[in-house]
Amino acid sequence: MAFYRSTVLVSVDPVCVEKGAYELIDTLNDELIKQGLIDEVRILETTRLGDPQKLGPDIIVYPEGTHYTNLTYYDIPRLVEEHFIKGRILKQYAAKMQDAIDEELSAPKSKEVRVVLRNVGVIDPRNIEDYIANDGYQALGKVLTEMSPEDVIQEILDAKLRGRGGAGFPTGLKWRFARQAAGDIKYIVCNADEGDPGAFMNRRVLEGDPHSVIEGMIIAAYAIGSQQGYIYCRAEYPIAVSTMNLAMKQARALGLLGKNILGTDFSFDLEMRMGAGAFVCGEETALMASIEGSRGEPRTRPPFPAQKGLWGKPTNINNVETYANVPPIILRGAEWYSTMGTEKSKGTKTFALAGDVKNTGLIEVPFGITLREIIFDIGGGIKNDKKFKAVQTGGPMGGCLPEHLLDLPVDYETLGQAGSIMGSGGMIVMDEGTCMVDIARFFLEFIQDESCGKCAPCRLGTHRLLEILEGICNGQGKEGDIEELQDLCEQIRKNSLCGLGQGAPNPVISTLEHFMDEYKAHIEEKRCPAKVCRNLIKYEIQDGPCTGCTVCARNCPVSAITGERKQTHVINQDICIKCGICYQVCQFEAIKVI
Amino acid sequence: MAEQKFAENEVVELVTKIVTSIGTTRGDLIPILQKVTNELGYISQEAIQQISVLLKLPTKEITSVATFYRMLSTKPHGRHIVQFCESAPCHIAGGREVFSALKEALNLEPGETSADNKWTFYTTSCLGVCGVGPVILIDTEIHGNVTPDQIPSILGRYE
Repeated sequence: MAFYRSTVLVSVDPVCVEKGAYELIDTLNDELIKQGLIDEVRILETTRLGDPQKLGPDIIVYPEGTHYTNLTYYDIPRLVEEHFIKGRILKQYAAKMQDAIDEELSAPKSKEVRVVLRNVGVIDPRNIEDYIANDGYQALGKVLTEMSPEDVIQEILDAKLRGRGGAGFPTGLKWRFARQAAGDIKYIVCNADEGDPGAFMNRRVLEGDPHSVIEGMIIAAYAIGSQQGYIYCRAEYPIAVSTMNLAMKQARALGLLGKNILGTDFSFDLEMRMGAGAFVCGEETALMASIEGSRGEPRTRPPFPAQKGLWGKPTNINNVETYANVPPIILRGAEWYSTMGTEKSKGTKTFALAGDVKNTGLIEVPFGITLREIIFDIGGGIKNDKKFKAVQTGGPMGGCLPEHLLDLPVDYETLGQAGSIMGSGGMIVMDEGTCMVDIARFFLEFIQDESCGKCAPCRLGTHRLLEILEGICNGQGKEGDIEELQDLCEQIRKNSLCGLGQGAPNPVISTLEHFMDEYKAHIEEKRCPAKVCRNLIKYEIQDGPCTGCTVCARNCPVSAITGERKQTHVINQDICIKCGICYQVCQFEAIKVI
Repeated sequence: MAEQKFAENEVVELVTKIVTSIGTTRGDLIPILQKVTNELGYISQEAIQQISVLLKLPTKEITSVATFYRMLSTKPHGRHIVQFCESAPCHIAGGREVFSALKEALNLEPGETSADNKWTFYTTSCLGVCGVGPVILIDTEIHGNVTPDQIPSILGRYE
């Protein structure tokens, strides 16, 4: 590796690119050539360095660690002259340290343990040498020279690694099934179709540490005896796709992919396949149908992919996070790995914390940590000093858990017993201002939209569930609705073809179980306790605080508000469409939601 | 986004070029349709005919795949595609108000294209930038932390 005096990291986050990050890089490159510094200063593209909306385009110059923000290409000549020639920091662009926060992934908090995210934000993802310098591809070397395929499978079994896509099936067992399946041609697939709303853990791994996934896949290929693999990545992640493509190219150039890897007689190569915007393709059989060029519809299992997968051949399919766990397990051993976690769930799990929590973003914690520790210690508690109401784990097919279940340890079994799922790791925190019936309706809307339509319980059942929930939210709830919801949920869960339909009732079942009083208030009293459902609330102007400033009346789109200047105004409830604009524009908090 | 109409022979030529660069197996079908959508703006009947000839697949097979995926379109689009993220984190962060403001500003329902062919409006599943919700994607540009009153100025940036 060449020696450089300085390294400039340039954020090529989508927002920074929009604001001209590439023009910046071009100008910087030209200027460094002009000043004869190009052999001394290295430019690296990286993911976001701070809040790109506020700070982008931004760069960090190492070894000093100076963070320059809000740059444009015409600032560059001066920056090069001052910083690199005269050695002075250009104060006008240098950010204060506290501004430079990666909203998605901050420095590890005290209860976090980073295994999967070990390199994310630390190495340059577009440079394979950075990964190799951090023990990258050492596990592959160990596997190819010291271990038999059976040894590799045993190590993964001993580590008790379970599938991180959500279902938690033992990875080693899956590999063994694929290894034992008859046939010469076998495939390895990486499920990078991370579609759960609010979950972006896999995106950051693909964008920030692509080689850990590639290395994990090569090791899996060696273990089951496969020569060809596919990465199926959703098209909504263009940067992840380009980073992975570049990483594969670099790995190929160094003989880590392709024929005779590391000089052995083992050959394996990878291909990228992009999704086309169908949530159900995250389901493994639908995903494989999509790679084969068909509609992404699931099929019944068995036969499982390990017996009959892609093009009818034995196929091993794991999620991004599962593969990223493989190299550290091989390198540091199953014993080390299984010191983390609970009896049945070993290791760590990444979560994307979102919603009404103070610190949103990506975290990685050992299994067994409680929801309370995640939300209050790591997440910093609820925003705006409001009260906690529920946490939804596992994406749209997960359940909503209330306050009294917060001390449960997070592992596959416990979350399942509590009526939710581990899922891929989305975690949405909701405060007291959230209506749980509305949330159930919202998730059903998503699921109903994404149902592929192949099987009737899911296609028709979710449609009917949604109709009833919409009725309840609109104030048309009636006696018997709750019983019908419960019955439908049971039928859909039992009779649907794939995980999407089987999990579809979870948001309804869990909110019915833990927030029955809210359903009853909607149905029996026609009241929305959280004051969210429009047809069940009304806006009223309070006599005392109203100063008669007329702002509300002037902003009302349907002219429902009347009143003289400096007199208390009145909302005509027959005309009011409950848009809430008056509530937002009132400066005196005179408008109350009832 | 491609707005100009392509003549039939141009479509045939373009599709042939795309198929040659990708391949003619069944597994190549979706990458081909993605490329056609990107270059033609949508998958026209002529394009389906030509793919059918080159891949030796019935046109109904191709249509069935092309209509299954959200990102493949068999209908022409407007010059700009506005996509609103309808996922839970954006919903909780005030997405509902942004959605109504956007619908009103565009005067379109999801799936519609404006009469002047400027806008096509869609809702989209999670874009994975939940830290800055609510999020709108216009063509390939992401706008985050959007509030209802920013909508006119955001839309105003597009010709």
